[in-house]
Amino acid sequence: MGAKRDHAVNRLIFRRARLLDPASGLDATGDLLVEGERIAAVGGDLSAAARDAATVDAEGLCLMPGLVDMRVQLREPGAEHMESIESGGRAAAAGGVTTMVALPNTEPPVDDVSVVEFLARRAREVKLAKVHTYAAATKGLEGRELTEMGLLAANGALGFTDGVKAVADALVMRRVLAYARSFDLLVLQHPEEPSLAGAGEVSEGEIATRLGLAAITPAAEIIMVERDLRLVEITGARYHVAHVSTAAAIAAIRQAKVRGLPVTCDTAPPYFALNETAIGDYRTFAKLSPPLRSEADRQAVIEGLRDGTIDAIASDHAPWDQDSKRLPFSSAAYGIVGLETVLPLSLELYHHRHLDLLGLLRLLTLNPAQILRLPVGRLAVGAPADLVLFDPDLEWLIRPDDFRSKSKNAPFDERLVRGRVERTVVDGRTIFRHDR
Amino acid sequence: MHRGAPEAPFRHRHLLGIEGLSPDDINHVLDLADGYVELNRQAEKKRGLLRGRTIINCFFENSTRTRTSFEVAGKRLGGDVINMSVSASSMVKGETLIDTAMTLNAMHPDVLVVRHPESGAVHLLSEKVDCAVVNAGDGSHEHPTQALLDALTIRRRKGRLGGLTVAICGDVLHSRVARSNIALLNTMGARVRVVAPRTLLPAEIERLGVEVFHDMARGLAGVDIVMMLRLQSERMHGSFVPSTREYFHFFGLDYDKLRLAKPDALIMHPGPMNRGVEIGSEVADDIDRSLIRHQVEMGVAVRMACLEILTRDLGNGPPVP
Repeated sequence: MGAKRDHAVNRLIFRRARLLDPASGLDATGDLLVEGERIAAVGGDLSAAARDAATVDAEGLCLMPGLVDMRVQLREPGAEHMESIESGGRAAAAGGVTTMVALPNTEPPVDDVSVVEFLARRAREVKLAKVHTYAAATKGLEGRELTEMGLLAANGALGFTDGVKAVADALVMRRVLAYARSFDLLVLQHPEEPSLAGAGEVSEGEIATRLGLAAITPAAEIIMVERDLRLVEITGARYHVAHVSTAAAIAAIRQAKVRGLPVTCDTAPPYFALNETAIGDYRTFAKLSPPLRSEADRQAVIEGLRDGTIDAIASDHAPWDQDSKRLPFSSAAYGIVGLETVLPLSLELYHHRHLDLLGLLRLLTLNPAQILRLPVGRLAVGAPADLVLFDPDLEWLIRPDDFRSKSKNAPFDERLVRGRVERTVVDGRTIFRHDR
Repeated sequence: MHRGAPEAPFRHRHLLGIEGLSPDDINHVLDLADGYVELNRQAEKKRGLLRGRTIINCFFENSTRTRTSFEVAGKRLGGDVINMSVSASSMVKGETLIDTAMTLNAMHPDVLVVRHPESGAVHLLSEKVDCAVVNAGDGSHEHPTQALLDALTIRRRKGRLGGLTVAICGDVLHSRVARSNIALLNTMGARVRVVAPRTLLPAEIERLGVEVFHDMARGLAGVDIVMMLRLQSERMHGSFVPSTREYFHFFGLDYDKLRLAKPDALIMHPGPMNRGVEIGSEVADDIDRSLIRHQVEMGVAVRMACLEILTRDLGNGPPVP
């Protein structure tokens, strides 16, 4: 055995799967062969090549590139009782996410090369989904002084953002964008003008008025986006709007793309799967930032996904323990967990015929990979063997108690969804198999 | 399911808000309270209805008037009333609202009367305890006993609620009193107006069933009741209105503005008043027009009625949550 070690390359073949590759437009039944960490062959009958390969009978199932989740919070370092690289990695694996990018709002924040290196080391040790990180745009996420963006990027930071806070000061944002442009770096913004949002916690309208909750006008989003678009025009930097949720902001981004600005954006499942009525009787699990919006805004998000204005769907995974959510509404933390539900909730867009299957999967794989300039998100020979085998139609009930994530804060409990991950593979290693 | 006697009204376990109460529920409280008004005017005021029952007034926000009113109400009915001021003690030590609820629950109270600065907090607390909960004001959400006492005050003077036109004036944005009154008056068939500068009105307030005015002259024209709201001091100087002087000039109640209402229009205020800010002293103290002191009196009677209703045996069938 020892003598043959060099040749003992891990070989895995998926037989008779419905192969789905948004990058090439492939949607056909066939085999896919993995050798080592890479995809060795795609399509057709590969049984001849598959001798001494582990075989997965994938008949009736879909095989696609692993999900690339461009916005998660993993709480490590600093709040490992809510989530960690490991628990988040298990949640990602169960959700079909093979690559995820963490926000820098940890404790300490990712504003220093040492923290980027720490995260990379932890991800290597844990060896589940691939973990990348953004770095803070400003030191301490305080919105004043630029971080060492060049060095942080050289050490692996994929983009720059102050996480769940907007870079509020226009001059600071201009310098962040201008400096980022010098190194061709990506800047991501939380789209909310904080001086207008004030102490608000839900979207302005009848529901906020009835509940007596402090409200944020939806204009707080478009004001920040339009300001930033002007700054992008001045600087030319690559700019990404995170979790867009309003019709107005989506329209502005649509126009900016027409004008040729280097702008992209994503949204998250709550913004197309829920509207503000989910708050009900002060459900803190439905407290998000940006807040859940009106039905008209939800429809606009779906339209933005349909027409390509919105480039990507991210889980916006924001784990919180009970102590952070079992509080009066205004004291409760913002955000919900999403890694284990992003695929089935996104598939609702397909089942409801808003998008075709390849078009939807592109938003979860190839598009975010391209924005992040990562060589993943495609079923191509030589590409990393990051794969998800799933049944797009299988029905199941979301039960947060079953989540692998340490935190259970999801407003989707008992929601009937369709589409279940059967197996998740990262670099040729199976990191998840459905066992029930 | 077998149903014997006609269903008793008010089959709610808690009183968390006016929202969700029927006209029968409201009339039932008011009818019962009417009787207590008479009792309270006698020399011998004590009843034994709540003997052996424990009522905890749990106030996470300072209040003298409401707390005292509940305390008097509970004691007049013979209950043991304990006052707890939580703002200063446990919240500072990091105890959560749910911890506090569990602690109080373990003492087996029969009624918890709760005031909290955050909207929805009383609702949250009510889910964690076994006893009845009365919302004595939660954030900018509801203050149901205030709306009930206002309704009793109006009904005793005007003989009815339905068909009246009521103008609620001032800081509607932050007012739980306004929300509860809007719900109650609409339920009882009154017409409700709100009058305020736009900075003090929440978005889509008209969806709650009110006519919106930004000018007192129009807003008060032909109304039966003028209900003034308190303007919190932190909102007076530039943040929501430019100054108390300007506010009083345009939105404060004086005889000039009151003249536009019906000749027999009555004035109300939930207290405590800011004299010279939202209401002029001469109007506030006009014994023919101002019901402000009656409101305080009705407050005790209404709270007695609420305590009675929430502690009585619900009989057959489960309570409505």
